[in-house]
Amino acid sequence: MTAPTAATDPTRQTDPTPQTDPTPEATTVTTLTRRAATDPVPAAPHPTLRLDHLSALESEAIHIMREVVGEFERPALLFSGGKDSVVMLHLAIKAFHPARVPFPLLHVDTGHNFPEVLAYRDAVVARTGTRLVVAHVQHWIDRGVLRERPDGTRNPLQTVPLLDTIAEHRFDAVFGGGRRDEEKARAKERIFSLRDAFGQWDPRRQRPELWDLYNGRHAPGEHVRVFPLSNWTEADVWRYVEREGIALPSIYFAHERVVFRRGGMWLTAGGWGGPRPDEPSQVRRIRYRTVGDMSCTGAVESSASTVAEVIAEVAASRLTERGATRADDRLSEAAMEDRKREGYF
Amino acid sequence: MAHELLRLATAGSVDDGKSTLVGRLLHDTRSILSDTLEAIERASRDRGLAGPDLALLTDGLRAEREQGITIDVAYRYFATPNRSFILADTPGHVQYTRNMVTGASTAELALILVDARNGVVEQTRRHAAISALLGIRHIALVVNKMDLVDFAADVFARIREQFTAYARAHGVEDVVAIPISALDGDNVVTRSARTPWYPGPTLLEHLEAVPVGSDPASQPLRLPVQVVIRPQDEAHRDYRGYAGRVAAGVVHVGDEVVVAPGGLRSTVVAIDTYDGPLAWAQAGQSVTLRLADDLDVSRGDLIAGAVDPPSPVREVAATVTVLAEQPLVAGQRLLLRAGTRTVRALVEAIASRLDVDTLAAQPDVAQLALNDIGHVRLRLAEPLALDAYDRVRSTGAFLLVDDQTGATVAAGLAHPAEVPVR
Repeated sequence: MTAPTAATDPTRQTDPTPQTDPTPEATTVTTLTRRAATDPVPAAPHPTLRLDHLSALESEAIHIMREVVGEFERPALLFSGGKDSVVMLHLAIKAFHPARVPFPLLHVDTGHNFPEVLAYRDAVVARTGTRLVVAHVQHWIDRGVLRERPDGTRNPLQTVPLLDTIAEHRFDAVFGGGRRDEEKARAKERIFSLRDAFGQWDPRRQRPELWDLYNGRHAPGEHVRVFPLSNWTEADVWRYVEREGIALPSIYFAHERVVFRRGGMWLTAGGWGGPRPDEPSQVRRIRYRTVGDMSCTGAVESSASTVAEVIAEVAASRLTERGATRADDRLSEAAMEDRKREGYF
Repeated sequence: MAHELLRLATAGSVDDGKSTLVGRLLHDTRSILSDTLEAIERASRDRGLAGPDLALLTDGLRAEREQGITIDVAYRYFATPNRSFILADTPGHVQYTRNMVTGASTAELALILVDARNGVVEQTRRHAAISALLGIRHIALVVNKMDLVDFAADVFARIREQFTAYARAHGVEDVVAIPISALDGDNVVTRSARTPWYPGPTLLEHLEAVPVGSDPASQPLRLPVQVVIRPQDEAHRDYRGYAGRVAAGVVHVGDEVVVAPGGLRSTVVAIDTYDGPLAWAQAGQSVTLRLADDLDVSRGDLIAGAVDPPSPVREVAATVTVLAEQPLVAGQRLLLRAGTRTVRALVEAIASRLDVDTLAAQPDVAQLALNDIGHVRLRLAEPLALDAYDRVRSTGAFLLVDDQTGATVAAGLAHPAEVPVR
């Protein structure tokens, strides 16, 4: 399989949202290689003083990904089908073009994932020719290593399968889609974040990170989590999705769904365990701002059915993405920090 | 005008009202959302505080909240219609110099706070000195708590003149002073009626409009090679591209380049990106270059303009900031990381330690401890192409790394011109 081009890149949307791609003529590999060295290159304006902010963020993320491929032996990219991981894969395709993405995708499947998202994931993998490694939480439950929680949520159960899979495949660098604007413990996360042999994060022992010089040295058994989207905000991700014409799973856009109310959030009714008899189901027009385990990912009521409408909605929202939609972050003031220490994403 | 990205660093102690100011900037640009604010209000009530403590916004880690101190640099994001801002918020309590140097390393502008009642104090001079050392060319001097000096014009003028003279002495030309009250919001986002004598911009107006950055064409081309792209498929049998981010200057198709440190020359035949070929690329852009000649170029090499290439050196004079508990001593062997290249380095001599408040050099020191800044001489195991930091920031910066522990021991600013090439 050849490297994907703009025309065939499956992370790019084809319909119905208008394309923002440059012309295919300018983006296909054949055009690029057919052009002789002496041919005039397309006319371009003079260098400007500064890059626009999305281009600056894109170039920074591509730089980070290339550093990882240059410095590590066995990287992998955490891919859930969520918008941040989709943007990461899109950046990886751009970073190594016209070669293929030189690392596999890694997905921790809780067994409670949205079917639309799994279908999207498989379609992307098939069309990019990337390798996908899936860690099924169910396998760890079946072996008795993990126990189902009384509340039915499997989000906290992902850490052990993640660490076991990293160890099994000897991944030494793992790309994550975490952003510093998401949560206050993440605001202090490094772009290259060292994890010990138990996958643990020690916020007090973080290496200072200066300029764009990333120190990825680690001992055998340790690994480094790398966050290329550290400096992106939720709004940046959506504007970039719009600019690049990136296709996302359908649940990010408004649709009718059978939901029920729990803990101030709309949860999807389904096989994962909800609703209880005292929780009446109803049909609502909703969309998801984040994609996670069905048991703890809340939907927001929305009529935003296009990327542009989502951007307008996010700009007007008075709630943070995680605050609105993640039950697991509400456990305590330091819920995210505690999970990160244990080796969570 | 395109929407731009501006990176800035703030420095100051809690007493100067930095947390309040940062909180107000985020709040008034709608960058703190209501659930975050409610969480802060709840936590403040739990602690028995009268009002919301905006410091809780930046104190993200459990240890920080428990001890009431800020340990680490925190990154904050806010945006206006013209610009998006990445704010590196550096704490004033622990590891002060280390954090300030870290935050300043990526900043183009420093936001320095003073308390109008105290004026320019030792810590203010330290902020200015470190900002200047790290190559920041723009300082916004925010004179806070103007309400506590009755918005007196002469108090503000005195602080502004004193600070501007100090900053100029360290080479920072662009200093804009703004009288504010972070608590009441005067001149932060909205113009104050209480400073009729002040004709200048509010802080946010200034941040939105301040011209930062310089013409990339005024700098020599530097592109550290990160990865060699070789697809090795049917369509790209002979494709060999050098992927990297332009660290400085501008590269055009047809430019003659030198590959440092080896010194081989070639010509740029293509600047490739996923979105198509480019005629030129400028500092900050991630691209893939193809060269006319089949050279042995790999990660760690630096592609530079043939007009003004850096000279490979084996000896480096540098200013370093020690970032780790272990002190830096003469005779120590470390790894030096610059651009994409790592070489072995020997600390030949510790020449002096700098007084962080004045940047005056104090000779005859045996070692540099955590948070010390000093001049050192390094010997390298192999030649390395380095620029003078004060000329090309991105290729004059380096890290010293402990080979055994992997720790980042020190951050360095090279002054290779001071040492003759052997």
